[in-house]
Amino acid sequence: MEKVIAGYSVDVTEEGYLTNKGQWNKEIAEAIAKEIGIDELTEGHWKVIEFIQKDLAKTEKMPTIRRVKNAGGIETKELYRLFPEGPLLKATKIAGLSKPVSCV
Amino acid sequence: MKRILILGAGTAGTMMANHLVKKVNKNEWLITIVDQYEKHYYQPGFLFIPFGIYSEKDVIKEKTDLLPKGVEYIQASVELIEAEKKQVILGDAKTIPYDILIIATGCEIVPGEVEGVDQGWRKDIFDFYTIEGAVALRDKLKDWEGGKLVVHISEMPIKCPVAPLEFVFLADWFFREKKKNRKKVELCYVTPLDSAFTKQKCADVLSDYFPQKNIDLIKNFSVSHVDAESRKLVSLDDREVTYDLLVTIPVNMGSKLIARSDLGDDLNFVPTDKHTLQSKAYENIFVIGDATDIPASKAGSVAHFEAEILTDNILSYINNKPLTASFDGHANCFIESGYNKALLIDFNYEIEPVEGTFPLPGIGPFSLLKETRINHLGKLAFRHIYWNMLLKGIPIPTVSPDMKKSGKKLEGLAVDVQS
Ligand SMILES: Cc1cc2nc3c(=O)[nH]c(=O)nc-3n(C[C@H](O)[C@H](O)[C@H](O)COP(=O)(O)OP(=O)(O)OC[C@H]3O[C@@H](n4cnc5c(N)ncnc54)[C@H](O)[C@@H]3O)c2cc1C
Repeated sequence: MEKVIAGYSVDVTEEGYLTNKGQWNKEIAEAIAKEIGIDELTEGHWKVIEFIQKDLAKTEKMPTIRRVKNAGGIETKELYRLFPEGPLLKATKIAGLSKPVSCV
Repeated sequence: MKRILILGAGTAGTMMANHLVKKVNKNEWLITIVDQYEKHYYQPGFLFIPFGIYSEKDVIKEKTDLLPKGVEYIQASVELIEAEKKQVILGDAKTIPYDILIIATGCEIVPGEVEGVDQGWRKDIFDFYTIEGAVALRDKLKDWEGGKLVVHISEMPIKCPVAPLEFVFLADWFFREKKKNRKKVELCYVTPLDSAFTKQKCADVLSDYFPQKNIDLIKNFSVSHVDAESRKLVSLDDREVTYDLLVTIPVNMGSKLIARSDLGDDLNFVPTDKHTLQSKAYENIFVIGDATDIPASKAGSVAHFEAEILTDNILSYINNKPLTASFDGHANCFIESGYNKALLIDFNYEIEPVEGTFPLPGIGPFSLLKETRINHLGKLAFRHIYWNMLLKGIPIPTVSPDMKKSGKKLEGLAVDVQS
């Protein structure tokens, strides 16, 4: 479905995840962040978002929390501080990526 | 002679040896299989040991009794896979060259991945994912006087993702019917998932069982560490769950061999094509069972279906043909729910578990996503099927590797397109 975020019209899933990475930009990221309770995207947040985007492009697989720690160098405790509760659910949404599927 | 080398003679490796020995030209191909241990364990039986339903003898056989004639078996630990050189180095420094490698080294629990677990290990922190753990827990439960028993999953994925649920349901039955002290036992289930199980419809059915059986369900709990001294689990967002007895499912990781050989991801699982089961890095390396990183359940039933697909693809590879056999993620799992009942789920990459009948549409005898006594008998019969059919690579009549849609209620089901 279509939704207007930060003035841009974008395609999203019912849960609000962008379906087209190409439509993403930093203003959209900031607006989604506010919507899910993160008032300001700090340097720490951007480090996570950029790591996830790059790693996904490289490995073609959504990184896990463990990978964000090992390959991204971001401690899990810090990740939870930045994105409380479901850090990957929140970070991927802000990063304009699809919702990580839970492993079976 | 060319060689097909299988690493790991567990569930999947044994199945592959049994399939391939019947299919490849023995004047051209030698099949060699390596494993570090002498004994084969029926791991699904570990669930029943703590409650005294099975004992060690029900779950152990000699590996050599399960491997076919015509396959060379080497008992040794594998130290290194040198993929570029197409060879493997064993613990005694012996080198084995191969033309085709099948990695079937499974996965193992790594308790030390969660800080604090080692301090309480096998005192008031137990597992049932190993034979030693299941036996130690049986002995602990024998004279445990009651208190708060917490069943806990550290991190996904784990092998047999339904086993911890089965454990807590059986615990409820065990304390009520066998020990007659359920009133003195508080049961609590702690999971990092946002519901009781990974698949939504199944989670909805199972979550009703928690209030019915008086089990506390704590969701979204990502463990930071265990405080073994004051006996509590602490989450990354600073929530705490106290326990008297903790049954934890430690982090599950692929064999360290995979990390040493630089072939794995962050959990030492090997990146694998989810349909062909060929490794992503080397075209002559194939991966099966718990060792892969594919988004399917880590289960013996999955290994069984994969083995049929992989056998076809290896034959195609040998004959320089495209790998056309395609694994659909098919899994089939009984879920013991206590009081001599069980549920059955049957699903694949795209279609989550739903209600219906299995394996015969409209007939059964098993009911999908419903608690029945027949399902429980099926779960118990699975042990005989495992030893006598699955490991030997004998297909089960009416159960194909591809998941069947007939006999399932699929109306209104959202198809999981991402996986
Ligand atoms: C408690 C529990 C309950 C379960 N319940 C069910 C169930 O109800 N239904 C179901 O379908 N599945 C169930 N499973 C899962 C099932 O047992 C596994 O998915 C299955 O055994 C996987 O087979 P595998 O061959 O990949 O690994 P494994 O059978 O574990 O075999 C791996 C083999 O590789 C060997 N190996 C590893 N590294 C090395 C090395 N470096 N050198 C030499 N050898 C090595 C090991 O010794 C082992 O023999 C359960 C598992 C557990 C723990």
